[in-house]
Amino acid sequence: MPEPVLSVRHLKVGFPTRRGTLTAVDGVSFDIAAGEVLGVVGESGAGKSLTGAAIIGLIEPPGRILGGEIYLGGQRIDTLTAEAMRKVRGRRIGTVFQDPLTSLNPLYPIGDQIVETIRTHTPLSRAAARKRAVALLRETGVQGAEERLDGYPHEFSGGMRQRVVLALALCAEPELLIADEPTTALDVSIQAQIIALLKRLAKERGTAVLIITHDMGVIAEMADRVSVMYSGRIVEIGPVREVVLSPRHPYTRGLMGSIPPLAARVPRLTQIPGAMPRLDAIPAGCAFHPRCPQAFDRCRVERPERLAVAPSCEAACWLYAVPRVAPAEVGA
Amino acid sequence: MAHSQSPMEKQALAIPLSPFGRLRDSDLFQSFMRSRLVVAAALVTVLMLAAALLAPLMAPQDPYDLGSLSLLDANTPPAWAQGGDRRYPLGTDDQGRDILSTILYGTRSSLLIGFSAVLLATALGVTLGLCAGYAGGRIDALIMRIADVQLTFPAILTALLIDGVMLAVFKSHRVEAGKFWVLVISIGLAYWVQYARTVRGVTLVERNKEYVEAARLIGLSPIKIMFQHILPNVMGPVLVIATINLALAIITEATLSFLGVGLPPTEPSLGTMIQIGNRYLFSGSWWMVVFPGVTLALLALAVNLLGDWLRDALNPKLR
Amino acid sequence: MLAFAIRRLIEALLVMLAVALLAFVLFRYVGDPVSQMAGQDTSLEDRIRLRQELGLDDPVFVQFARFIANAVRLDFGISYQMKQPVLALLAERFPATIELALAAALLAVALGIPMGVYTGINRDSWLSKVFLTLSLIGVSLPTFLIGIILIYVFSVWLHLLPSFGRGEVVSVGAWHTGLLTASGLKALILPAITLGLFQMTLVTRLVRAEMLEVLRTDYIKFARARGLSNRAVHFGHALKNTLVPVITVIGLQLGAIIAFAIITETVFQWPGMGLMFIQAVQFADIPVMSAYLLLVAFLFVAINLIVDLVYVRIDPRIRILGRGQ
Repeated sequence: MPEPVLSVRHLKVGFPTRRGTLTAVDGVSFDIAAGEVLGVVGESGAGKSLTGAAIIGLIEPPGRILGGEIYLGGQRIDTLTAEAMRKVRGRRIGTVFQDPLTSLNPLYPIGDQIVETIRTHTPLSRAAARKRAVALLRETGVQGAEERLDGYPHEFSGGMRQRVVLALALCAEPELLIADEPTTALDVSIQAQIIALLKRLAKERGTAVLIITHDMGVIAEMADRVSVMYSGRIVEIGPVREVVLSPRHPYTRGLMGSIPPLAARVPRLTQIPGAMPRLDAIPAGCAFHPRCPQAFDRCRVERPERLAVAPSCEAACWLYAVPRVAPAEVGA
Repeated sequence: MAHSQSPMEKQALAIPLSPFGRLRDSDLFQSFMRSRLVVAAALVTVLMLAAALLAPLMAPQDPYDLGSLSLLDANTPPAWAQGGDRRYPLGTDDQGRDILSTILYGTRSSLLIGFSAVLLATALGVTLGLCAGYAGGRIDALIMRIADVQLTFPAILTALLIDGVMLAVFKSHRVEAGKFWVLVISIGLAYWVQYARTVRGVTLVERNKEYVEAARLIGLSPIKIMFQHILPNVMGPVLVIATINLALAIITEATLSFLGVGLPPTEPSLGTMIQIGNRYLFSGSWWMVVFPGVTLALLALAVNLLGDWLRDALNPKLR
Repeated sequence: MLAFAIRRLIEALLVMLAVALLAFVLFRYVGDPVSQMAGQDTSLEDRIRLRQELGLDDPVFVQFARFIANAVRLDFGISYQMKQPVLALLAERFPATIELALAAALLAVALGIPMGVYTGINRDSWLSKVFLTLSLIGVSLPTFLIGIILIYVFSVWLHLLPSFGRGEVVSVGAWHTGLLTASGLKALILPAITLGLFQMTLVTRLVRAEMLEVLRTDYIKFARARGLSNRAVHFGHALKNTLVPVITVIGLQLGAIIAFAIITETVFQWPGMGLMFIQAVQFADIPVMSAYLLLVAFLFVAINLIVDLVYVRIDPRIRILGRGQ
């Protein structure tokens, strides 16, 4: 098996406060191989974005990494110096944020911002970098790239801006692309275009992609594998088909139940009662147990490990602890 | 991150606390105790307030009673310096007034004028802000345009102008007697704008909320709605502005007095004292400037520190 | 862009008109011009004739129109106190105040912006805390007290710098400047520091607050995610965005400096317009007061207008949107 591009091991991120440290990401582990797209899905506050921020080393203080390891192409990066990490960002890890409207500096033409990034990471001359910028913009589907290079961000539509952001993220040919809610701020019609573009570019270049979203539709459309996060932990991870069609964890099942299926006619959508706990009140045992319809004693005291539930599919749920219940019986 | 509370969490949060315990647990109190500087500032402020209130009891001499002054004692240096007199611990001024007593009385005037001016500015600004925000339309436009124009001028200039106009309108001997009110009005009118703008902003938001709609439907008068229902929402920011404003008002009063349009030399405030002392700076009578100057600076600094802290504590975004 | 400039111009004119109305009310109704201009022994008939000559019996709006027409021609009447045309008095003192104000503004900007940027970037360093404490002291110390302290230290104690006046002045055309003589420059140092210190603390605190605000924005986060160096992020991206609001305030402060010069000029007996204004207030010299008011308002409005146009050059969005608050 080839070495994964990104490998996250037992990552723990928290915020020190007056009343003790709040843990927002707790023991998260996953791998992404070259050319693979891993989706991270969960409610807001589940720790998805913080996981992404931890990988690029840009957690906003006072938040910080409390434990675990992050490897990029086999090299450990969470212990790098600030300056070394800066050279990894943009060069080896590209990033796309949620809101293309605010991701670009309003006071500079987009061309300047692209050229600046290219020249930070490559020895290209200004003219060569400009040529590269035009090529990139063409590749990301910006019409009339050459003339638009001198346009200011406010002169572009939301979808066009996200294409520019994508060009910026890819301009140094990174091994890994982290896309944090890349389509949430866009019109539905534009969303599909951006998703398709992202998918095509990643496949062409063999870039590993970590896509963070709360939208299962985006995951289904784009990802190869998906990891479901709840309250700072991964509760289920596996191939998208597997997770979407036969979710194992009760939370995932609830999540799938809340999406209207297009093909089948379902009388009504189910909803998970309650809400995700706040960081200062994460219950003991399985964080989901107060809302779980199938919780039993063990869930209230012991935190579930991630258990293999199907080929390359894992769930952190005591329902799958071997002697107790066979997976087939669950949820009938 | 928006979460509703789970039952679990409600349990965790329902630790019973005594009122004092709740105060001690509050973020405001915690951030107060964390900064030694702020505690010191509060201490200085309280001490000065006490000294000002108790001035008639504490002061060795009544500086307003011209009969008790002796020109023979004029320009006496502080007690510990050469030529000092034990009756005058901080020395005397050119009239033979005890500097310590005059500072106590002067602080009293400064604080009294400061508080009154802030009260006036707050009352005026909050009322106009509420009206502008609640009524909207032409009233709003009129009030806010006036605010805009006044905002182009520094407050000190506005205060000077009002002061000058009052001086011209009333006969000067009548002004002398009512100088206190002239100062309160000039300073109060110079600082209402910030209150009005802040209160208007909050009012605009609150006006459209359901509870105001409900109050309107049950037939409460606009005045009642504005002052009983909307006003409580703006008390936080108003308190912050008022605190910072108090420091500004004290400085403005001192400045006006220094410029010779404030309190007369017979009833000196800290600013007047500094103005008098400034004339004797070159003859080496440093104590006439230094003691009132330090008092004024300490007072303004302490109040400013409190205001700064209050602003940061109530606006966690900037922390 | 043109529409924007025109709208700004109209707004500026409206502000000027409001201030002119104020100055007119001052001029016309506060204090009686006739009794000020006439002597004790002027007869009643002479007074009535003087009233007519001055047009004080005309309808109010005619008088206001005449007042504005006069003001536009820079005719502000005769000073009650000095018995000279106000214009001549102002013209004589204008250069002193402008030179002082510009020196102070230069000081405030040249030191305030770097200090603000530093404290904004290095939020928790000890030097930032020193700067911020100093700036708080600067805000708390009244200008006149700073002046007195400086005089005491540098003039009374060290005998290094003069404590009053402008020093030697040379004429360049109609402009009397103190900037070309050694004694003039020496005399400028203390007043400029006194006047500039408060503005410097303001600029520092403002730049810091803006810097903190900008550093939290998405495009700064994205700039970091692109791997740009701290230098490029802080000075290339953050600083320029910080300057947009800062320029407005600095512009406004330039006006404030001219007004605050009143205090500094009093402390240092600097022969500028502020000193004249204070004397006018003490003597209720209404023509000088209203002329000063108009002039200061005009300077404020003009500076604001310039600032708005500079703003447009820096921020491309405004070229289309107009300035939204």
